[in-house]
Amino acid sequence: MGLLGRVLLWGWALAVLAFLVLPLFVIVPLSFNAGGFLTFPMPGWSLRWYVELWHAEIWWRAFANSLYVGVLATLIATLLGTLAAIGLAFGDFPGRAALTGLLLSPMVVPLVIVAAGVYFFYLRLGLVNSLEGLALAHAALGAPFPLVTVSATLAGFDRNLIRAAQSLGAPPWTVLRRVLLPLVAPGVVSGALFAFVTSFDELVVALFLTGPGQRTLPRQMFDGIRENLSPTILAVATILVVLAVLLLGAAELLRRRGQRLRGLEP
Amino acid sequence: MAAGAAARDLAREVRITGRRRRLAAFALTLPLLAFLLVFFVLPILGMLRLAVSNTEMAEALPASTRAFRAWTGGGPPPPELVDRFARELVEARAARRLARFAKRLNYERTGYRTLILKTARRLARMEPPFDLATLAAIDRRWAEPAVWAAIRRAAQPWTDLYVLAVLDLARDAEGRIVPVPPERAVYLDILARTFRIALVVTLACLALGYPLAYALAHLPERHANLLMIGVLLPFWTSLLVRTAAWIVILQREGPLNELLRWLGLIDAPLELVFRRPAVYVAMTHVLLPFMVLPVYSVMRTIHPSYVRAALSLGATPWTAFRRVYLPLSLPGVTAGALLVFILALGYYITPALVGGASDQMISYFVAFYTLQTINWGMAAALGSLLLIATLALYLLFARLVGVERLRFG
Amino acid sequence: MKGSPLALGAAALALVVAAAPVEARDLTVVSWGGAYQDAQREAIFEPYMKETGRKLVEDSWNGGIGALRAKAEGPPTWDVIQVEADELVLGCEEGILAPLDWQKLGGREKYLPEAVHECGVGTIVWATVLAYDGDRFGDDPPKSWADFFDTEKYPGKRALRKGPRQALEFALMADGVPLDRIYQVLATPEGIERAFAKLESIKDDLVWWEAGAQPPQLLAAGEVVMTSAYNGRITAANKSEGRNFRIAWEAGYVYQIDSWVILANSDKKEEAMDFIAFASRPDRQAALAALIPYGPTRVDAAELIPTEIVADIPGTPPNKAYGLFFDRDFWVEHVEELTERFNAWAAQ
Repeated sequence: MGLLGRVLLWGWALAVLAFLVLPLFVIVPLSFNAGGFLTFPMPGWSLRWYVELWHAEIWWRAFANSLYVGVLATLIATLLGTLAAIGLAFGDFPGRAALTGLLLSPMVVPLVIVAAGVYFFYLRLGLVNSLEGLALAHAALGAPFPLVTVSATLAGFDRNLIRAAQSLGAPPWTVLRRVLLPLVAPGVVSGALFAFVTSFDELVVALFLTGPGQRTLPRQMFDGIRENLSPTILAVATILVVLAVLLLGAAELLRRRGQRLRGLEP
Repeated sequence: MAAGAAARDLAREVRITGRRRRLAAFALTLPLLAFLLVFFVLPILGMLRLAVSNTEMAEALPASTRAFRAWTGGGPPPPELVDRFARELVEARAARRLARFAKRLNYERTGYRTLILKTARRLARMEPPFDLATLAAIDRRWAEPAVWAAIRRAAQPWTDLYVLAVLDLARDAEGRIVPVPPERAVYLDILARTFRIALVVTLACLALGYPLAYALAHLPERHANLLMIGVLLPFWTSLLVRTAAWIVILQREGPLNELLRWLGLIDAPLELVFRRPAVYVAMTHVLLPFMVLPVYSVMRTIHPSYVRAALSLGATPWTAFRRVYLPLSLPGVTAGALLVFILALGYYITPALVGGASDQMISYFVAFYTLQTINWGMAAALGSLLLIATLALYLLFARLVGVERLRFG
Repeated sequence: MKGSPLALGAAALALVVAAAPVEARDLTVVSWGGAYQDAQREAIFEPYMKETGRKLVEDSWNGGIGALRAKAEGPPTWDVIQVEADELVLGCEEGILAPLDWQKLGGREKYLPEAVHECGVGTIVWATVLAYDGDRFGDDPPKSWADFFDTEKYPGKRALRKGPRQALEFALMADGVPLDRIYQVLATPEGIERAFAKLESIKDDLVWWEAGAQPPQLLAAGEVVMTSAYNGRITAANKSEGRNFRIAWEAGYVYQIDSWVILANSDKKEEAMDFIAFASRPDRQAALAALIPYGPTRVDAAELIPTEIVADIPGTPPNKAYGLFFDRDFWVEHVEELTERFNAWAAQ
């Protein structure tokens, strides 16, 4: 490629990267705005919106609800997803591809369809307006993630490791604990992270399934954005961006560690 | 002989252990399968059924429902049918069962809800038997055959009302399928709009994402990983945060208009938010990582020697790219484009927040009918349409790309 | 092994148990959000909780009989709701609203006649008005709904409440129909066509709002040059944010009465009735009016209103002559059909 081509390519690529990242950081300074409106230039810097947030019980409640639902959903999704991934990796049974397709389908089915379906279903079961009901629906949405990440850690797995352990007299439980689990652990944890973020960020199903007593963080934000896009919302948004940075860092570390454990040095 | 038998035994044992191992492996997938069947598949199937469900009248007026099913229709209903229907209206009102039937009949024609409620209220103060003249005296619409045809349709076990409605069709008084009047014909439009938005967003993601993936794929992996953070960070950030950011950026006195004005490119601020361009921009931003990641991971596997070979054989760089590199990267493009298109089809929150009333996609109307007007039949019919489109594309994805490539991040 | 999934899982489980929120349903009161609900919180909700020692959960909504029906068919979530006049009548007829105990409210004669209904008691007199940013127009601000529809004289986007209510009235005002003939014209098919045609003429410049908090927000962000708005929100934005928003009363406005109702599927009807009785006390109505300029519905609250805010209250002098009282009967008859038509038109 000529120099001109390279310049054009990199100019384009960097512009696209800026398009991806900059919008997230435009809102950060506005959350430290001393004034109440969301326009530049700002009248001055202040922590007043964070202070307001700190004292707003409704946001704390929403945060607690989201955390509860997220953790519950993650536990269910990770347990079921990990088991299924191990099963799919070790069993070349007939219909395996179709089964995988079915188990992964929550990733692509439009949320509004899941939300409406589960809403009608829960109306009959009396599970509407409960955080546990929401967590179950979120677990279904999140389960494909551990399935995918654990499958990835098992992709290059050498089955001789298990045979070696067995031939040395290790009982199945020991094989699982000492051989399999350490290998899939990074996949399990990063899958759990994905499942957690999926639930923590999920709005559509929450809109259908929750009442005023079960507001989650995204729901609270949605109402805020629609009614009154205030610096308080941007303060929450900023905190969530920081959280995203931390989660991404954790996921990256895990990915590398997983590769190292499997001998695929990056 | 003995050696042969031993070998057969061994083979059998291997086969049995193999089968047992496969069975055990399958058993491990069962908990997730069962869970998804109950909390995912079953609810969706239930929703599909609602698109043709027609139980409101049978629940409110069971005896009349049976009688109306037996009636062949056409012309005015027989007097005993009118009387039974009118008496049961009064009973259902007293038992507070009438509202859902009135709502159902209103879908046949707006205004029938109040007709039913008003008639039941007035009949409650009268003495049976009731005849057509009594009803017509309460409201002259009872003298028209249309209302009786509508009730007969509401009495059937299933209905095609909603499925027809999402195709901008309806049945007239004679039961023929006719197009709805133009001021009510919106769903084909919305359907086309949904596909158009998804297509534009997919193309935009491709145009932005392919060169980025190409540039990253030609860096040493360590540097690429660093820049990849820029692609992954939006991915891990709340959808609402990203949507809120775009509202702030695109608003009339927002940073983008300020920048453009400062650069001297515009005199008056551009109207961007609550318009279609805002929907395109925000959705492209949200979905771009789903394009970059699969394209990048395929490009990583393309060995530079292929292109070098083409160049050494005298191809121009453009030809080498077009004839060698592009076809090799096509699996990634297919995966990314299909994925972005599928996900874009179902979008609800982003258009709802940054778009105007004429930028809403199918999902918005599913939510609207479920939560705002509780017209579950319409919600289910629209949802089924969306689901069929999504599943067809998912099958295409599975066939062309393989579900095991369905991985994010 | 440190950080093993098992240990993490156990830690997460502990977290779940610790974070598990208590889920007993408290009385849920639903109002119109934003600055109005802030005022209600101060004048009514918090004093109620303090006086009775009971808890109360708030929610907000943006109106619509459909939303009421949805809540009435599901499990009980909303108990007390502030509704518009047509929703009150329709909801009562359909049996999704519970009859009120007027004994507890101090008797029907204490209220304006329009505020009395079997299923609801009026709580405020409010208006939808034409509002704009006074800093934007200098000495030639919009003075009429005709100006609102004049995109050549006043370029830029404008906003209306999503739905046919008030929008059709304003369209006819802009088209030159005098206030006292608006509902006569709207009652004819030609009148409906005329109103929609007028809206169609500026459709590309229209933004639709749903929540009452949006119009001041849209004005503040410069997103629209003028908007319809609930009058109290405009005054509140000027007071709390130091804005210079103006109400063009002389352009004509639609004023109406909102009522407290109890949803028929509520399992807290007793408590709900107590709350409504508390909210309807003359001192509470006056306290609310002092925070946000909506008129009281109790005859004996009127004298408690400070004189300096009376001018901001719709339906009172000096702006009484510009007001059109919302025709409840017209909207009860037509709201569903017109909403359907409006939604189809807006989505096209």
